[in-house]
Amino acid sequence: MTIFLAICIPFLMALLVPLMYTFFPKFKIGWFVLIAPLAVLGILASYIPKIAGGQTAIYTYDWVPSLGMSITVYLDGLSMIFSLLISGVGALVILYAIHYLSSKEALHHFYCYLLLFMGAMLGVVFSDNMMVLYAFWELTSVSSFLLIAFWHHRHASRTGARKSMLITVTGGITMLIGFLLLHEMTGTFSIRKTIEQAAILYDHPLFIGALICVLIGAFTKSAQFPFHIWLPDAMEAPTPVSAYLHSATMVKAGIYIVARFTPIFAYGWTWFWLVTFVGLITLVWGSFNAVKQTDLKALLAFSTISQLGLIMSLLGMGSFAYHVQIDTSTIIYTQATFVALFHLVNHSTFKGALFMAVGIIDHEAGTRDIRRLGGLMSLMPITFTITVIGSMSMAGLPPFNGFLSKELFFSSALATASIDMTSLPSIVALVPIMAWVASIFTFIYSCILVVKTFFESPKKLPDVKIHEAPIGMLISPIILVSFVFGIFLFPNTLAKYILSPAMLSIYPQGASQEMMTPHISAWHGFNTELWMTIGVVVAGIILFKLLPKWKGIYNRLPKHLTLNGLFNRALYEAENVSSFITRLYMTGSLRQYMLFVYIVLLGVVGGYFALNDAFNFSMDNNAPIHIYEVILVGVMGAAAIAMLFVSSRVTATVLNGIIGYGLSIFFVIFRAPDLALTQLIVESVTTVLFLLCFTYLPAWKKDRLPSRTKIMNGIISVAVGMTVVAISLSVLHFNEFKTISSYFENAYELAGGKNIVNTILGDFRAFDTMLEVVVLCIASIGVYQMIRLRMKKGGDRHENK
Amino acid sequence: MIKAVLGLALLFFSITIVICLYRAIKGPTLPDRVIALDTIGVNLLSMVAIISLLQETTAYLEVILILGILSFIGTIAFSKFIERGVIIERKSDR
Repeated sequence: MTIFLAICIPFLMALLVPLMYTFFPKFKIGWFVLIAPLAVLGILASYIPKIAGGQTAIYTYDWVPSLGMSITVYLDGLSMIFSLLISGVGALVILYAIHYLSSKEALHHFYCYLLLFMGAMLGVVFSDNMMVLYAFWELTSVSSFLLIAFWHHRHASRTGARKSMLITVTGGITMLIGFLLLHEMTGTFSIRKTIEQAAILYDHPLFIGALICVLIGAFTKSAQFPFHIWLPDAMEAPTPVSAYLHSATMVKAGIYIVARFTPIFAYGWTWFWLVTFVGLITLVWGSFNAVKQTDLKALLAFSTISQLGLIMSLLGMGSFAYHVQIDTSTIIYTQATFVALFHLVNHSTFKGALFMAVGIIDHEAGTRDIRRLGGLMSLMPITFTITVIGSMSMAGLPPFNGFLSKELFFSSALATASIDMTSLPSIVALVPIMAWVASIFTFIYSCILVVKTFFESPKKLPDVKIHEAPIGMLISPIILVSFVFGIFLFPNTLAKYILSPAMLSIYPQGASQEMMTPHISAWHGFNTELWMTIGVVVAGIILFKLLPKWKGIYNRLPKHLTLNGLFNRALYEAENVSSFITRLYMTGSLRQYMLFVYIVLLGVVGGYFALNDAFNFSMDNNAPIHIYEVILVGVMGAAAIAMLFVSSRVTATVLNGIIGYGLSIFFVIFRAPDLALTQLIVESVTTVLFLLCFTYLPAWKKDRLPSRTKIMNGIISVAVGMTVVAISLSVLHFNEFKTISSYFENAYELAGGKNIVNTILGDFRAFDTMLEVVVLCIASIGVYQMIRLRMKKGGDRHENK
Repeated sequence: MIKAVLGLALLFFSITIVICLYRAIKGPTLPDRVIALDTIGVNLLSMVAIISLLQETTAYLEVILILGILSFIGTIAFSKFIERGVIIERKSDR
């Protein structure tokens, strides 16, 4: 129950924030908001001992039981790591935002969105039900959209928000399809119950589809190649948002999904290949591109992309353990997953600190352009220290936590490369090479971050007096860097209490918790990993020194061939193509709309009859035809055809009258006196109305259509007419059911009237009559309105606007 | 015998209608067409009468009356339209 409360707290607070803002305008609203993550953190802390012991906590609230949807809050080791990150980093970010944002901003909006996001994110990591998980997943996309566009008066913010929304929501919907496919396979939405059936799922025909759909969702959210392009543009958000959403939490939702679904999908080889190699490509591509950035936040964004790729590839390597028996000799493969979780925590600490430091620089110097910054070391010593520690950790240098996870990453990559070649293609040998190259680039951009900002002489520093940030802004990054160092000193404490229970979530069928928790030591002797790190440092320093010489390669790729260019072009083309298709049929011409209606009628109704051989012209049972009836039909037909060729409206009216009168005589011949009467009166009134309208119409103009159009219209009219006639003739012989008219024959006994037609209209089916009276009433009111209440001169014309 | 005669009459009336139709389509001026419509109305009236004889019913006597009235009204409306260009004139003092 208390865990359920943990999800609710942020949402309840989000409700209260606008009220607080209205009633206590002087009060700094952030301090109030800070309660939410601290409360969640408190609740989670009380569960740590239980979770560390390998137990789980669960609470179920039935939401839509008939559809199998229940809000199941499930807390295990994996959820614990993520929820601790969300609430912990959340608290620090709010503390930072209190000092970062000026009170002139729309703070109630900001904190409301932030709390919504926090609650949604907790919902994602706690949900056991896939549908509820998806709901929270989309809520993170929406709240992230709102946060990115927080300064919505800026064009770049709106563009970035739209782009991230488009990509993440597309991925989210794909993931929903994946969930539905899983439900189709297993019959349950519960992730735990799906895991129980996982071992038999992998040769189900829908398995690969579900796998790819879920992975696309995870990849778009976690900014994996080639869906990473939204993340750099999301840097238009306020820095606390970038620090929170786009380094520590939201982008790790995809990581969470991959980790959570590993026990389901890892039985197929596709999972191993896709996750590992997409992760590695993202790692290399992100670090390669980070080097060319001139904006500090863009640099950090690409660095985040690459680090997420690192974590993703580690999860992929870890899934190899599903294809071997887990024992002491193969434990090296589960270790990759452990490293992924370890680096996940490490990355959140140092990347959060770096974003906050960059925010401070931006706040104090007024710019975050590398080309304008320089020589800040003596001006901002504390920020400098924070940045150096964060960057060294990011580059993987001792004595910080990044070093430990980098070493472990290398050993996992080497282990993957040395997997028996008989079971895997030799392409896995590329894994450590890609990892090593990416690490060099990581080292280079970490150097750029420190050296270009804090060393070198100030070139074109903005004309402001730069000084150290206020202590309030520095607290959060200082706490984070103390974690960076603290984790280096005591990695095994973190591993034992927080990380190792998560291994049980990812390898439920595997070995014991203690067995899967490797001992992390800072000094592990002279082995390949250490030589690789030394190689990274040496090559990194050399390449950094030579940077101006080889920077030109970044301009080699033409701009429209970059992924961003392709995305923009795809958007532009999609708009073009759709508007072209729309313009094909939305012509604004009634004549063409009628054409489409008739073509569909011909195709669907006529086509149906033709395909089913339902046309049936038998002339038996027909009544005898008299010669005068033939002549009358001929007259009506001749009038109708003549009407097409007349040159004045009045002639057309006269011919129309002939058809109407002819119809009434047919009513007489077929013994329908009431119909004949009504038809006569309606015909006369219509004729008079036509004449009435003609006074107001402009002169009759002959249509000047091209003869091709005329011929086509003619063909279609004749075809439609023939179809309708054919169908009427076929339907005439349909006598599978008895007619119900015999019931109405004793109208006198039932309704007390001898006129059957009138008893039907007024008694048996009086509702129709009533509504038709209403129709006439509406028509007359409408006519009155149009004539009497028409617009005054100079009024707005709403038509065709 | 009587049925054959009535049928023959119907045939003749319908031939008359065809002739009137020719005038209605061809008629060089509008009044020709309106007269043709009026004649068609009268012929239809006669046909209804004969059909009610043939069907031995009195249900169509109203139709005959209405047809007479309406073809009159229709002709008047057309005439007024041809004469004045409008059918219902507004009062001159408004």
